[in-house]
Amino acid sequence: MTAPQSPDSNPRRAFIAAAGAGVAGLGFTVIAPGLHLMAVGEANAATEARKAGTAASPAVRWGLLIDAGKCAPGCTKCIDACHTENGVSEKLPDPRQNSQWIRKIELVDKRNGRVTQLPMMCQHCAEPPCVDVCPTGASMKRADGIVLVDRHTCIGCRYCMMACPYKARSFVHTPLTQQNPEVPRGQGCVESCTLCVHRIDKGQQPACVESCPEGAMVFGDLNDPASDIAKRIASVPTTQVRADLRLNPGVRYQGI
Amino acid sequence: MPTPNSRNEEGLFYLLAAIGGAVSAIGVAAALYMEHSGHVVTGMNNQIVWGLPHVVAIFLIVAASGVLNVASMGSVFGRALYKSRAPLSGLLGIAMMSGGLAVIMLDLGRADRAIVAATHVNLTSVFGWNMILYPVFYGLVAVYLWTLMERRMNPYSKAAGLATFVWRVVLTSGTGSIFAFLVARQAYGSALLAPMFIVMSFAWGLAVFIPAQAAMYAASGETLPPLVHQRMKNLLATFVAAVLYLTAVLHLANAYFAKNIAFEYFILFNSEFAGMFWIGQVLIGSLLPLALLFNPATCKRTLWVNVAALLVIVGAYFHLYVFIIGGQAFPLDIFPGYDVKSSFFDGAVDHYTASLPEILLSLGGLGIAFTITVIGARALNFMPHDDRAKLEAAGSIAD
Amino acid sequence: MKLLRIPVTVFAALIATVVAALVAVWPAPTFAHSGEAHPQRTPVPNMKVESPGKCIAPAEEMRRNHMEMLKHQRDRSLRQGIRGEPASLNACIECHASKKTGSVLGKGDFCESCHSYAAVKLDCWDCHQPKAGFKATGVKP
Repeated sequence: MTAPQSPDSNPRRAFIAAAGAGVAGLGFTVIAPGLHLMAVGEANAATEARKAGTAASPAVRWGLLIDAGKCAPGCTKCIDACHTENGVSEKLPDPRQNSQWIRKIELVDKRNGRVTQLPMMCQHCAEPPCVDVCPTGASMKRADGIVLVDRHTCIGCRYCMMACPYKARSFVHTPLTQQNPEVPRGQGCVESCTLCVHRIDKGQQPACVESCPEGAMVFGDLNDPASDIAKRIASVPTTQVRADLRLNPGVRYQGI
Repeated sequence: MPTPNSRNEEGLFYLLAAIGGAVSAIGVAAALYMEHSGHVVTGMNNQIVWGLPHVVAIFLIVAASGVLNVASMGSVFGRALYKSRAPLSGLLGIAMMSGGLAVIMLDLGRADRAIVAATHVNLTSVFGWNMILYPVFYGLVAVYLWTLMERRMNPYSKAAGLATFVWRVVLTSGTGSIFAFLVARQAYGSALLAPMFIVMSFAWGLAVFIPAQAAMYAASGETLPPLVHQRMKNLLATFVAAVLYLTAVLHLANAYFAKNIAFEYFILFNSEFAGMFWIGQVLIGSLLPLALLFNPATCKRTLWVNVAALLVIVGAYFHLYVFIIGGQAFPLDIFPGYDVKSSFFDGAVDHYTASLPEILLSLGGLGIAFTITVIGARALNFMPHDDRAKLEAAGSIAD
Repeated sequence: MKLLRIPVTVFAALIATVVAALVAVWPAPTFAHSGEAHPQRTPVPNMKVESPGKCIAPAEEMRRNHMEMLKHQRDRSLRQGIRGEPASLNACIECHASKKTGSVLGKGDFCESCHSYAAVKLDCWDCHQPKAGFKATGVKP
């Protein structure tokens, strides 16, 4: 659970969250009480389980706000949590062939030597180049803005990896057997951060967000002006990585 | 046409077909091994995602469309000298296209479901366009060959030739656009790449055609008319010079932009690719052939023109290696103005070494192209037949 | 007819080379394990359900249509985000995984036995986890 953020006073979201808890699977009911007791927020109110049988809504746009100022040097908790959650467990002799859904980048400002850390993953662009170049349409953007690879139609051409400006995608170089049942992934297909779509749909937060001891990551609906993430973005200066490309990423950074 | 040495000819055919078939089979076996083990057995990784197979495949595809230029010169622009060579150019086009596509398809992570590429087409993808461009290419070249080789269909050859010419220009633009439409990496993302690939295809296609033609004449014991030789070497020199010019423009334009200076410095001066660029691409692939083709002492000799053409082919491989592998080896500039490092090798120059299965797969593509050419040339009459008197007349008019 | 000048033997040799290469690198053939009565044949599928009684449709319909159900469900789930549909691969293996291997994919297990009998390639488990209740772990980069 993230550190408390600014209070959220959106009764609609709380109501839907509570209603959703009735149909949600395991996990949400555990989190839901915290929602009301702590009155936090965004973290939980932004993640309401969608009812079984309903499609992801285009009214929602899931996103992340990452405060690089809070990201602690040497800490890899978000990476560990991600790779455990998503069953990324293979270790190949050539480390360049291993999948990394999320990684910590250390930045050193060339002008003054200022050092910053931040986690980097799929930026879930609104205009994703990977989706444009995919020959089969396997690379896709869900209605709620999550960019995914449909492994049923991915042929492993790696054109999306050529097109991604964030180096967010990995190619599975070896046969796999240790997958998480909820996160299918396999040899010969390209993959990347799914924003923990299987957790979001259950009303949970992405594993990285939940694991961060510094509360450096906020998850929520960018389209909902009442969500904590939207309010934070409206009140503090935030950055889109490679904003010059106008890809409108769903992951925003603060403090770089 | 039975000739006194047809017995030797037959033996040679068996030998060549067996070599080509064996190389192709080894290539397919290598691909199955990669498919079974995963790409862990290749030198490719998450930064250099396209390796040697793509270099060879793209050479074959570009040269395949370019070699058809010989046919276009005949049918579209009405040059008799080239028209009699149109069938051979069509055969080489189909053979190289097949070899190139085989390598691309066999290198896929999921080659077993390559058919999905035909059943699910995303039309915003340049690769998606290829699902239309390549099959239509095959169809048009087949029809074109038919109109050329079936006497009753001859009147339609001009229309078929024109359609093929237009289509191959579109197809090569598509191949160039695979890279032209990439926003992420500094080596690519230039509209110049589409026309540049077309000029490259002219040069490389002709560079394949000249020695292939020479081999066919040698095998049947005939001599190439000097005028043909003269014309083709002039054309080759023009195309090679044009590619060199476009290469210079591309790099100069890139180096002019501050954001790309680091990449240009890397690729031209400060990497393993710098030597390949200057020695392989520029010296061996461009300057030496140009010298051979323009030097009065060498340009009249068939041998030296063939050597020049082979050097152009060698240079083409260096060109594509520097362009494709070098372009991916340079790190992505995700955070301009920062030095970056990570466990995922952000900010680090990557190094690529092709593994044995990749090399065998790549050779397999060449083997497939070679085998199709040998069998095609044996089965049907692809040997150019010149009306020499007419040729001399046409030549004197043109000169 | 010039075409006839290519002897059949050349083609035969080419095809034989390719076939030999395929055989050499092909993974272990599925017909390798043998049944009791016919040691050379694939055994008749094991249709025993480990935890019976909860299936979403009658066995006849499942046998005939499970692939269509799974395919449509997979597209709706992945592409539209519709969750909680009856035809779920993970729900299938909860009942059908063998008690011995915990999987539907071991020799003689539910999916494997029928698919190897019918000689239909199973693609699902290249990516999906064939073991019921499997707990994944991660690795530090």
